[in-house]
Amino acid sequence: MSLAEAPDRTLRSNALPPNWTRRFGFIALGLYCLYAMSTLEITWKRFIIGLDQGAKFLARLWPPNFAPDKIQMMNEGLLESVQIAILATAVGIILSLPLGLMSARNLVPLWLSSTGRIIIAVCRSFHPMIVAILFVKAVGFGALAGILALIVSSIGFIAKLFAEAIEEMNMKQVEAVRATGASWFNVLIMAVLPQVIARFVGFSAYQLDSNLRNSTMVGIVGGGGIGATLFTAYQRFDYDYVMTILLAIIAIIMVSELLSGWLRRVFQ
Amino acid sequence: MSLTPESPEIAADNRALIIKGLRKEYVAGNPILKDINLSIEGRGITAIIGPSGTGKSTLVRCINRLVDPTSGSILFQDQDITCLKGKALRHIRRKIGMVHQEYNLVERLSVMENVLTGRLGYVPAWKAWLRRFDQSDITKAFVLLDAVGLGSFATRRADQLSGGQRQRVGIARALMQDPDLILADEPTSSLDPRTSVEVMEIMVKLAGERDIPVIINIHNVDLAKRFANRIIGMARGEIVFDGSPSDLKDHHLTEIYGGENWMEAT
Repeated sequence: MSLAEAPDRTLRSNALPPNWTRRFGFIALGLYCLYAMSTLEITWKRFIIGLDQGAKFLARLWPPNFAPDKIQMMNEGLLESVQIAILATAVGIILSLPLGLMSARNLVPLWLSSTGRIIIAVCRSFHPMIVAILFVKAVGFGALAGILALIVSSIGFIAKLFAEAIEEMNMKQVEAVRATGASWFNVLIMAVLPQVIARFVGFSAYQLDSNLRNSTMVGIVGGGGIGATLFTAYQRFDYDYVMTILLAIIAIIMVSELLSGWLRRVFQ
Repeated sequence: MSLTPESPEIAADNRALIIKGLRKEYVAGNPILKDINLSIEGRGITAIIGPSGTGKSTLVRCINRLVDPTSGSILFQDQDITCLKGKALRHIRRKIGMVHQEYNLVERLSVMENVLTGRLGYVPAWKAWLRRFDQSDITKAFVLLDAVGLGSFATRRADQLSGGQRQRVGIARALMQDPDLILADEPTSSLDPRTSVEVMEIMVKLAGERDIPVIINIHNVDLAKRFANRIIGMARGEIVFDGSPSDLKDHHLTEIYGGENWMEAT
């Protein structure tokens, strides 16, 4: 190719050609956001008024209320929340193991893995709060409804990620064990689980974390735990008590963070 | 097989392999193996040489049914392996050890656990789960680890080993099965030249001591000539040479690998 035919190398647009599709996409997104804000009547003035209200609210949160009867009530609610979270996680893990296995397309026939994936998809379809409302209607107010709701969301999360971890594992290692004449279960125990168990523990620890947070919320719809107390405190404008509860929840989440980090290290 | 051989001939018969009319098509109408007929006696080292993509690996993997052949039969211990499924297939696999190209150890298990994997055809799942392997199996695993020179590595995790060490664990795993046949699928192609020789020496020695026939896929002609009693050359899905290493001449290699000047290039 002679120099005359070559594209002009000095032009920036030849070296780094602009991507017009991408540019158009960003412009369209920006325009849509402006349009949506105008229909929702979000204005700068509205924002300033909101900030003012927010400052007043924040001022009323402090100092937290540590009255003994309030603390007593909070402890009962928190304890129930923690129990809901732990029970839901434990049962969720136990149910997720077989469900995750049966959804892994590289281990089981297609009809079985498709069935597993449909179950997982159903479990994942709804926010835990919506599931909690369903269970409160079905089994009545109380911790049982909350536990059942969180079991469903735990299955959706752990089983899905577990199935994906199995699908990403090294099949050659599995094949080598299969070639020794090992049964399906022995292949599972000695070739599949060693490869995925660490990730499974990681997902489970993360789900415990997530269940602790969600268990403080299911109470709002009657699923037991601290949520009901918190919601009532909000509605009665007991903002100092709200603060106490929020601080306690933060403390619990931090402890669970440490615990799950430790779990992951042990099973690395 | 609990049958105790009365003479080496019976053992050799029990370990012989007969392949008839074996054909494999991954894509219909496009066979990678065309009508392979091969009879391998129950002792010695048989090397299969040939260029990449010629079906060596497929042939070996048909024998333990990691690949399902399209047609043909593979006779071993009075059974046609191509027809087996379920329990019968697992039982014949117990008798066929395999050494893999990329070692294929379970990386997160210890060396000892990997060797004991060779007994999984005999161990019920609850025992495997609790690692309750029989003492006799554990003793045997230690003997094999000593034999491959890794006696002090038993509790190491497999992912901490070098390539040569991993392949020696792979050999111990295959021997742990008490196999009547060992298949080695490019056992040295992930290793450096010196380690390749060491690994081949260990495998040939240990299999020889136990009178186990070995079928090796190997693209290194020098290693094949050095260690095998019989060489099978494959090209384009067919057997184009079958004889002893001393019978293998340059014109055979030209036929197997194609071209005229291939040796000068290296």
